[in-house]
Amino acid sequence: MRYRVVHTTRYAYGAPVVLAHNEARLQPRATARQACALSQVTIDPLPAVVATREDFFGNRVLYFALQDAHDRLVVTASSEVEVAAPAPVALDAGPSWEAARARLASPDEAEARAARQFVLDSPCAAAGADVRAYAEPSFVAERPLLAAVADLSARIHRDFRFDPESTTVATPVSEVLAQRHGVCQDFAHLAIACLRAMGLPARYVSGYLETLPPPGQPRLQGADVSHAWFAVHAPGIGWVDFDPTNDLLPDERHVTTAWGRDYADVTPLKGVIFGGGAHTLEVAVDMVRLDD
Amino acid sequence: MSETRPSAPSDLLDGYRPGAGYDECVEPAGRPRAHWEYLLRALQGLGPLELGQRRREARRMLREHGVTYNVYDDAQADERLWPLDPIPLLIPSAEWQAIEHGLVQRAELLELLLDDLYGDHTLVARGLLPPEVVYAHGGFARPCVGVPAPGGRNLPLYAADLARQPDGRLCVLGDRAQAPSGAGYALENRLVLARVLPSLFRDSHVHRLPPFLRRLRAMLAALAGDADEAPHVVLLTPGPGNETYFEHAFLASELGCTLAQAEDLAVRDERLWLRTLEGLRPVDAVLRRVDGAFCDPLELRGDSLLGTPGLLQAARAGRVALINPLGASAVENPALLPFLPALSRALLGEDLALPSVATWWCGDADARRYVLAHLAELVIKPIDQHGSARSVFGDALTTPQRQALAERIAARPHAFVAQERVPLSTAPTWIDGRLEPRAMVLRTFLAADRDGYAVMPGGLCRVAPTPDSLVVSNQRGGVSKDVWVLASEPEREVGVLVPAAHPLPVERGGQEVPGRVADNLFWTGRYAERAESAARVLREALRRALDLDAAPFDPHLPMLLRSVTFVTGAYPGFAGPNAPALLGAPDAELRALLFDATRQGSVRFALDALARAARAVRDRFSTDTWRVLGALQREFGEPLNLDDALERLDRLLLLLAAFGGLSADSMSRGQRWRFLEIGRRLERGLDGIAMLRGLCPPGVEPAAVPWESVLVVADASITYRRRYRASADPAAVLDLLLDDETNPRSVVFQLIQLDALFDGLGGASAAERTAERALLRNALAELRRGVAPGGRALDRTLDESLGRLQELLAAISDALATAYFSRGARPQQLVRVV
Repeated sequence: MRYRVVHTTRYAYGAPVVLAHNEARLQPRATARQACALSQVTIDPLPAVVATREDFFGNRVLYFALQDAHDRLVVTASSEVEVAAPAPVALDAGPSWEAARARLASPDEAEARAARQFVLDSPCAAAGADVRAYAEPSFVAERPLLAAVADLSARIHRDFRFDPESTTVATPVSEVLAQRHGVCQDFAHLAIACLRAMGLPARYVSGYLETLPPPGQPRLQGADVSHAWFAVHAPGIGWVDFDPTNDLLPDERHVTTAWGRDYADVTPLKGVIFGGGAHTLEVAVDMVRLDD
Repeated sequence: MSETRPSAPSDLLDGYRPGAGYDECVEPAGRPRAHWEYLLRALQGLGPLELGQRRREARRMLREHGVTYNVYDDAQADERLWPLDPIPLLIPSAEWQAIEHGLVQRAELLELLLDDLYGDHTLVARGLLPPEVVYAHGGFARPCVGVPAPGGRNLPLYAADLARQPDGRLCVLGDRAQAPSGAGYALENRLVLARVLPSLFRDSHVHRLPPFLRRLRAMLAALAGDADEAPHVVLLTPGPGNETYFEHAFLASELGCTLAQAEDLAVRDERLWLRTLEGLRPVDAVLRRVDGAFCDPLELRGDSLLGTPGLLQAARAGRVALINPLGASAVENPALLPFLPALSRALLGEDLALPSVATWWCGDADARRYVLAHLAELVIKPIDQHGSARSVFGDALTTPQRQALAERIAARPHAFVAQERVPLSTAPTWIDGRLEPRAMVLRTFLAADRDGYAVMPGGLCRVAPTPDSLVVSNQRGGVSKDVWVLASEPEREVGVLVPAAHPLPVERGGQEVPGRVADNLFWTGRYAERAESAARVLREALRRALDLDAAPFDPHLPMLLRSVTFVTGAYPGFAGPNAPALLGAPDAELRALLFDATRQGSVRFALDALARAARAVRDRFSTDTWRVLGALQREFGEPLNLDDALERLDRLLLLLAAFGGLSADSMSRGQRWRFLEIGRRLERGLDGIAMLRGLCPPGVEPAAVPWESVLVVADASITYRRRYRASADPAAVLDLLLDDETNPRSVVFQLIQLDALFDGLGGASAAERTAERALLRNALAELRRGVAPGGRALDRTLDESLGRLQELLAAISDALATAYFSRGARPQQLVRVV
């Protein structure tokens, strides 16, 4: 499937900002089944400095600085992405979750060594006793790893109410667990923390999901949103994505932007500003099929 | 006579009873080690009384140099005098060579580790390091991967804490790579000890430290880039509240750096800039004493208020050298220690020369089993000490506590190490008039340039405060020692200033004044003057109030006390509704106005504020000036009674005069002096007006004003008597105090001085610059308008005019703040993540 994704972020400041340093992770990375033919970011006002790089996880980072007084910031990322459907995953095949965990510790597997940093706690997804208690019912003895993870993802979908008003990005996992509602970031963080509590490597994936209008109605522009899900590392298979918000395995409708240990590693747009007073923020995402 | 000891040192060592462990000074049999004999004999020659005297002399010097450190969680005395033992630690030349070799090898190894972690990152992939060792330690900063090292050096500064094991071999207790502290204290210790034991120091052939200081300068120059001009280096400090702030100021001044805080800096165009009064000035290198994680709120800790957003990007662009680089603390990780021998063989092809303290990383299954079986004998540490977690001594735990610890380790084994408890060696320490053995740790310092490492020939030795304590830390009352590495032959004396290899371009800079610094200098001037004004008026009031026979009948005392309230600004005081009662028994109020640090306007309050403002710009004052500031602080300590207050006020005024004289005579006439002087002039004008308003209330009868006291407080008696001889004439006194352009304490004199000082101010925008000048013109006009043809009259308009003048001067202060003291605003995050 081919898409054009336009992601617009608009800040309006109550007082002039005299200096702003920003980092954007808005340009889809290349993956095994995703190619990004075209991607550009326009910034208004025009930044004094722009620099691109790849971060530690291989994500595309755009640094920019605004050095003259300004009262707004509009960042528009436009990308054309081609996503292939994933190879079918047999959830019940493959090693048990205990075997997968044991293979991680084996000193001979370079691939396992690379995955092991994702077992460790990270700022937004740390494994506590409450998280482990929630995770354990999915990890019954000898259950195949991917089946256990799919069960966890399904339980999160079932047990938690999607409530876009309910949380900010900064909601700790324990709070989400206690409140039983949240947004896609929260569900991804919870699942990641659950996997880490079981000693398994999990990472956070940020991107977009195509939303289809109800039958017979036109698609609304800007109605899409940025999305987040998680992936688990399965020995011999690699990273497998799960979308707990929608209880499905991400397919060609999921566009991947970046991945890391949690949201803090892949924040789409962050910045530190001098001045600015209070500000308002609007975000609009448009995801359009280019296929005919 | 005992046969086992040579005769001379024996008395001094009588009663010196080291425990079973290794003692630095005496052999197990009790005989002094050969390299201590000369020192012991010389100390014996001095005798205990003289040695005690030298120790006091050392303390005096340290106090006068203002050598302090801050103790956290200690609101009472946040700044403590640096404790120095008069007995140095001695290390023979041959042993030092081996130590040096081991330290250089270790620094090279740790630097190779950093090169890999922040470069190709292959050690983990090749299986030489378990991923958890690297990634579970907060020092490893992913954003720093790929950032080029300044001058190719990832570990320009390195320090290691050494301890001596019972077999006499040294081992490394811990590695310091973040922003190693202590080198400045070591230099200061040497400065002091070489002066209190001059002949002993000279004859002991001690390796000199100044070459290391030169090495640090060379390192900064080499790593700051290949600019033709002298590089601009700042020393980044968290501020005066930091534990080792003294050292930051000391090193900044020794190394010729600008002492800067985050608010003084900004990144633009991927360059780092210092905000000065003249505008932005580019910075080539940062010697940082702020932890790396706090240095850039864009890419590292977003909650940091000590950082400069964009700093890491500037380093990534190769346009600023960060020393050390922001990710360097990745090697301050005790979990690395068990892997160093193998890494040394793999990366250097050499065996590790200097062993680490025996360490088990619990992430390894065998090590974990050992640790869990031997908890009681070990020290258990979280590998990341940044959080609330701390080291625990296994033997100090109850059985349930030990069980709980074992469970915590089992749950997150990779997060813990266990270490052997090294029985520290003891070194002779001067305690209560004799030598006693105390456990010691030695911190050593290394600095790199493009070619390699140099080791400071010496270091900072710290000893435990009590005989049985094995914890050696300044935070817990430890004492420091100078470290004498004994050369086989004397070295030439070398100072810090050496002839430059190339002629240095004439440096007219060294004058970068950030707004924060201008602000603090301005207030240093104001508070010094305020303390003086308060002291002068209080001295006169006390003189009359303490004359118990005359005071009850002194018709002028109430007016004088009223003026005390006006000058100190401690309203309502003697000017409020409660005045009659206070005037009847003024002692408590006077005592408060002298000594109460919490009473705004008191002398003590002004002195504290003066100390705070001066401390914040400590590197800007000479040692002599700092000595006077230190003496000022002590003058108004305990006891807080009025008995000797007059003498103390006399001494205080002398010290303030010394401070004023030093700044007048020894500060170059740049912007710093200018702001200090503006503060002083403005305050003197304000205080002079306040005194007159206090003494001459609207409608007062001339006879009710204590004119003699007015002249005494204004230090104008002599001039007045010489001119007028006759008794006090209000018009003549007012002329002298307000309008006489030749009287350096008159108000008009201050305004004329300010006018000249404003001429030299640059920097701020033209519109801002005109504000204080316009106000000053108005003030001069106001002052001149008050002079009637026959001289000033003591009428109602005088007080009104002085009131307006006061407001104008206060407005000038505000205008200066707007134009020059604007601090860098606090940055804010667009997105709050954690």
